[in-house]
Amino acid sequence: MRRNWRQRITITDLVVWGIGIAIGAVVVIGTIATLKSGKYAPSTWVDLSIKGLALGGVYALIAMGYTLVYGVLRMINFAHSEVFMSGPFTAVFLANYLARTGFLDRQPALSMLMILLLSMAVSMSIALLLERVAYRPLRTAPRLVPLITAIGASFFLQYTFRGLYGSGFEAYPIPKVLQGSIQLGTIRLFYTQIVAILGAVLMMIILYTIVQRTKMGKAMRTISEDKEVAAMMGIDVDRTIAFTFALGGLSAGAAGILYSLLFPVVNFFMGFFPGLKAFTAAVLGGIGNVAGAFLGAIIIGLLESVGPNLFLDGLGIPTPSQLKDAIAFTILVFILIFRPTGILGERVAQSKA
Amino acid sequence: MHTKPVSPWKQALQLGLLGGAVAILLSLVGMVAAFGERYIVSGWFTMGQVLFLAPILFLSYTCVRRISPQPAWILLLCGLLSGLVGSALLVALVIIGQAVNLRAMFINASPELYGLLTFGLEGAAGILALLLVGMVIGLFSAGLFKLPTRLRSAVTLALMMTILIGLLRDLIMTIVAQWVIKADAFPEWLGWAKTAIYFIADFFNKRIFAASGLTPISAVVIFLLICGISFFRDSRKLKIVKREIPKSKQQLRRVITFGGVAILFLILPFVLGIYFAEILDNVGLFILMGLGLNIVVGFAGLLDLGYVAFYAIGAYTMGVLTSPELGFFNLTFWQALPFALLFSVLAGVILGLPVLKMRGDYLAIVTLGFGEIVRLLALSDWLSPWLGGTQGIQLIAQPTIGNFVFNTQAELYYLFLIGIGIVAFVSWRLKDSRLGRSWMALREDEDVAVAMGIDHVTTKLMAFATGALFSGLAGTIFAAKLQSVYPHSMNFLVSINVLSLIIIGGMGSIPGVFVGALVLIAAPDILREFAEYRYLAFGALMVVMMLLRPEGLWPEARRKLELHETEIPPEIVDEESVPGLEPDAAS
Repeated sequence: MRRNWRQRITITDLVVWGIGIAIGAVVVIGTIATLKSGKYAPSTWVDLSIKGLALGGVYALIAMGYTLVYGVLRMINFAHSEVFMSGPFTAVFLANYLARTGFLDRQPALSMLMILLLSMAVSMSIALLLERVAYRPLRTAPRLVPLITAIGASFFLQYTFRGLYGSGFEAYPIPKVLQGSIQLGTIRLFYTQIVAILGAVLMMIILYTIVQRTKMGKAMRTISEDKEVAAMMGIDVDRTIAFTFALGGLSAGAAGILYSLLFPVVNFFMGFFPGLKAFTAAVLGGIGNVAGAFLGAIIIGLLESVGPNLFLDGLGIPTPSQLKDAIAFTILVFILIFRPTGILGERVAQSKA
Repeated sequence: MHTKPVSPWKQALQLGLLGGAVAILLSLVGMVAAFGERYIVSGWFTMGQVLFLAPILFLSYTCVRRISPQPAWILLLCGLLSGLVGSALLVALVIIGQAVNLRAMFINASPELYGLLTFGLEGAAGILALLLVGMVIGLFSAGLFKLPTRLRSAVTLALMMTILIGLLRDLIMTIVAQWVIKADAFPEWLGWAKTAIYFIADFFNKRIFAASGLTPISAVVIFLLICGISFFRDSRKLKIVKREIPKSKQQLRRVITFGGVAILFLILPFVLGIYFAEILDNVGLFILMGLGLNIVVGFAGLLDLGYVAFYAIGAYTMGVLTSPELGFFNLTFWQALPFALLFSVLAGVILGLPVLKMRGDYLAIVTLGFGEIVRLLALSDWLSPWLGGTQGIQLIAQPTIGNFVFNTQAELYYLFLIGIGIVAFVSWRLKDSRLGRSWMALREDEDVAVAMGIDHVTTKLMAFATGALFSGLAGTIFAAKLQSVYPHSMNFLVSINVLSLIIIGGMGSIPGVFVGALVLIAAPDILREFAEYRYLAFGALMVVMMLLRPEGLWPEARRKLELHETEIPPEIVDEESVPGLEPDAAS
């Protein structure tokens, strides 16, 4: 059915586009003004970008959990930010113990591996428990029901960990070997950032291989196409979904340790913002798409660290870094409005969501 | 529902382990110790003990129920086993905890906790006591199951009510103490009332309650009393009697009930006293917001997680327009009110427009993002000349009528009462209006609703706008109550509070909002120990509610039907033989 443009454009579209253009104008004007003022040296931008890349890598690992689960269940696992929090918040006790005994500095590689494994194991167990207790019985329930369960589970987990480990901040010990930085010309690279980037890339490669190459990965992809048919083809749906949650939990646990290298304090609320940003990344890349999640996460990480200074400083907004979370949310809202399919995704937000 | 035949012993072992695990979790998050000083029965047992014994009891009861078609001795032994296994896990916790210092990790694994778990006994005696209590509880659950249904529900109810009354000891005593103070000021001719109040206070103080919790004798009496009343009161009979009353009398009865409730609400702050007026205000605030969110989530099915944004916008508009501290407008409360409401509605529409096409999960996230953006903006240095930044806004105008200023908690209570009255009336009328029915149609199936000619743009926008209006109203009264607003009080947790109260009350149900607010908002205020664990409990309640009773405590009729599509009660199918609802068509 073809209609002329006058009928197709509604007032809704006008408002939405109006807001979009206004935001776009803020970004462009702000960027030009900031660059013109010359307040920041080029090396500052590079430093911020590297910080953004490291952050993006961590977000990518968290985003994997959202994307994989969305692929098989078509639901957003709201409690994933708590899966992410549980790992490092538990492993900090091991890390502190190792630091007290001096083992952390004597055997940094081995201790980091132990901490990493513990964190991954805890996050995985929480993810599996969540799936078994809260999501599996509700798989056929109306859409709103598992969504509310997920929100409830998220709060339950957050405050359970608060009750278990206390509401204070725990400082993460970082091995001495990782505390320095190297200078490459005018660029300064922190070791922790290098480890975070490399770790994230390595982990992403492993996850990508699992999803694309293994039998279990194939089963996951089949289920995301059609659950009933997959079951008829002899795929154990329950087991595959549990495996998906386990995979998401493992990558969240790894992300947690890398995150605490970048921001070495943990507490029970630490999952909320990274979780939301990782979700934004997953949506930006196209939810359900593994490569998209990585791409989206890098973009979000960069925008978050470079954005406030680049866009807002030039407009004369004081302390723009206060608004870095607002930037992430604005991006989220606008992707969902203008391109809910994300960069690499299929069109799901309207039809299936 | 198909269940594989599982060996009863395995069942008992599994459920016993689960019960023990839940009990350990409750101990380690600190709930057991927090309630360890709150006696239910003075000198006998505390709420902390109830907390770690209840999961064991519940799960061994579940175990007995699951394996039920078995001989009595197997049931008894299985109950015993599951209780024993549950308490054995707790014993393991105590033994490990005494050997290793768990406190380095679990901050609540204190010696006090172990003392509570072993009933204050030392060493082996304590461990034996714990195991013994576990076994007794297991046996008790099996015995409870074997009772006739009517007696069983009477015992369960009486047990819960006795615990509740014991818990509410401080609340009741504060109210009574405040009556005594009031009675002292009575004039001479009310001497008899004075004596009566003194007598009641004395009776409560000496006979029913001890310094903490119930006295042992009164606990037994209360238990037996409630047990007897609920056993001999056949609720089914009452319903039939009610149906036989003539129409005119029914109407009279309704008017009397309504009048009674209205009078009760009017005198409530006087009966309960100042401290409770504060709690009532809090509850009122959340009822107002709950009624608004109930329209968005309950009626229209749009999950809004950024509901606090409208509340913040209402409160901040009130602040900016009236506060002489900022000195922009210096309006009075009533002059600023329409603007505050207008801005809230506008915000509702502005949020509503872009998210029109989204459903479910995405909508939830976008609204959450919106709420956070509003908070971050209010908090930022950028807007601080207008919104006060982290300092917030002070000196907000109080509402006045003539020379009367709504100042104290009790006076503000009436302001809330008026607001709730209007809002509840509006949402009650909206519910069955054309708009309300369109909302519910959209909630149930958007595509079908649109195909039936419902304009989903206006309908959804109306839902957002109405919800925002009510929330904005709550925000303005909140601002006037505190005479100040802070960005920190506008966080995500407010949205979650409101959401959980309407979910627990029953989505789409107006009385459900009241029930939910009373349970969720008043409970943490009344039981101080509970306040620490409110979000833990809310989260758990949301999950459990969705798993077991998704329609809420006071369900709305249509919603209940929709959620239990697959389990149509037989009488409906028999009476009307609804087409297309055969079991396999519904599944």
